[in-house]
Amino acid sequence: MNTTDGWFADVDRDDPDAMATAVREGHADEPRDWPAIALEAGFADDEDDYYDAVHEATMAATRAAVTERERADDRQLVHAVRAMDDCSRTANELAERLAEWAGTIDPEAGTGVAYARELARGETDDALEEPVVRSLAARVADLADEADDLRAFVERQTPAVAPNLAALADPVLAARLISLAGGLEELAKKPSGTIQVLGAEDALFAHLRGHAPSPKHGIIYTHDAVRGTHPENRGSAARAVAGKLAIAARVDHYSGEVKPELEAELAERIETIQARTAGDDGGADDE
Amino acid sequence: MEVPTMSELPTGVTRHTFDGTDRLATRGEPVYGEPTDGAWRAWNPNRSKLGAMLELDMDTGLAGGETVLYLGAASGTTVSHVADFAGPTYAVEFAARPVRDLLDAAESRPRLFPLLKDARKPETYAHVVESDVDVIVQDVATRGQARVALENRRFLADDGRLLLAVKARSEDVTREPAAVFADVREELSGGYEILETERLEAYHADHLGIVARPR
Ligand SMILES: C[S@@+](CC[C@H](N)C(=O)[O-])C[C@H]1O[C@@H](n2cnc3c(N)ncnc32)[C@H](O)[C@@H]1O
Repeated sequence: MNTTDGWFADVDRDDPDAMATAVREGHADEPRDWPAIALEAGFADDEDDYYDAVHEATMAATRAAVTERERADDRQLVHAVRAMDDCSRTANELAERLAEWAGTIDPEAGTGVAYARELARGETDDALEEPVVRSLAARVADLADEADDLRAFVERQTPAVAPNLAALADPVLAARLISLAGGLEELAKKPSGTIQVLGAEDALFAHLRGHAPSPKHGIIYTHDAVRGTHPENRGSAARAVAGKLAIAARVDHYSGEVKPELEAELAERIETIQARTAGDDGGADDE
Repeated sequence: MEVPTMSELPTGVTRHTFDGTDRLATRGEPVYGEPTDGAWRAWNPNRSKLGAMLELDMDTGLAGGETVLYLGAASGTTVSHVADFAGPTYAVEFAARPVRDLLDAAESRPRLFPLLKDARKPETYAHVVESDVDVIVQDVATRGQARVALENRRFLADDGRLLLAVKARSEDVTREPAAVFADVREELSGGYEILETERLEAYHADHLGIVARPR
């Protein structure tokens, strides 16, 4: 199809799949009088027939496009983010084991995944040519690569699944929250107080059993707005972040509409909280 | 401006009594749980900026039977009413979730054409949407609303109308709506002559209704 052609240029009026594909994938630089052109080209018998074809084609195209987008759904994201965490945790554990082992061969041996990568590439002491050590290092490097790939996948998919949540938190944090809640719908149904402590379940149970203070924040602690706030006001910041994330999750689940104002509102709120001088009462103020 | 005159409702739109209250109405399958009476369905101006513009007697120039490009169709609340009284109606929306409902609304409306496309990229639907449409209705509630209207001007006939709802908070939550509206009008006048504006306050907080024609 040429960029001066209409969607019907290369398709058969009796081929619904081809018509739908043309609507989805085609493009043109400028609109033209498509109904007239289609009649001239003999694609349709008359104007009514042409518009019937447009209806058929746009319905089929849009239905297929929606299904495809929804397949990039929250379940996929939950698996991906869990696999990502498993891969990096395992890579780190194995890297530790490897460092211990390598240390017995070469006192100068390094630590961590970065060292495992060096070892795997053969950039270290000859004494470490031992094939089993090198092979273990290669496994660590592979696992770390896998974790990176999974992270890239999560970063790409989260904005499609939960655009507002991904804009407000970073995509990986958004995906973790979805994963901790068990899905986007589940997250959308949680009150913001619960979202605030998601990921802090151990601390919460300790608190409920009466031998620990109530946790002020769970995994949202990693959100820039919480981390970047003076410890004294972090509770307020966590409450504000959780409140907006709860709204974002609901909008993402129930309407899917993109609301850029949420981001601005949160930024405004955080600015106010951070402007408080230490010693101000940071407690029972907001909401 | 002059003394407002009662603008006529487009053919196919009427005032109909539902449960003792006079309301705007069109004829078609119900879409969002609105009250119905026989073939008539109430058009709720609190859920529709175009409905609010009609309630406020803005001179939309709509007569009925027009070819329409609707930007920001969402789940089809307003565009379903438009398709009830207009002619061929192309409905562009880029969020997948509401489009599920839009498809349902379009099922019973053979001249309503749903398109899952981004209104900031007209070239992705210019092969489907025809040139010289009579009306563009825009309600995208996203940053850069004037820009979207300018980008889509290419679809509009020389004597066509742009019916635009501007949401101030989508541009900048921290600024005065009046200042945001002034900027939007300014930017818009790069491609349109503004014929009428009206705050939609009675129905939609911090929204401005604009009627314009291409220049
Ligand atoms: C306020 S809602 C529209 C409500 C609808 N007009 C009605 O009255 O039934 C705004 C819609 O615009 C959509 N939107 C925002 N930016 C868009 C874009 N660039 N292209 C297409 N749709 C967009 C949003 O996804 C949202 O569904």
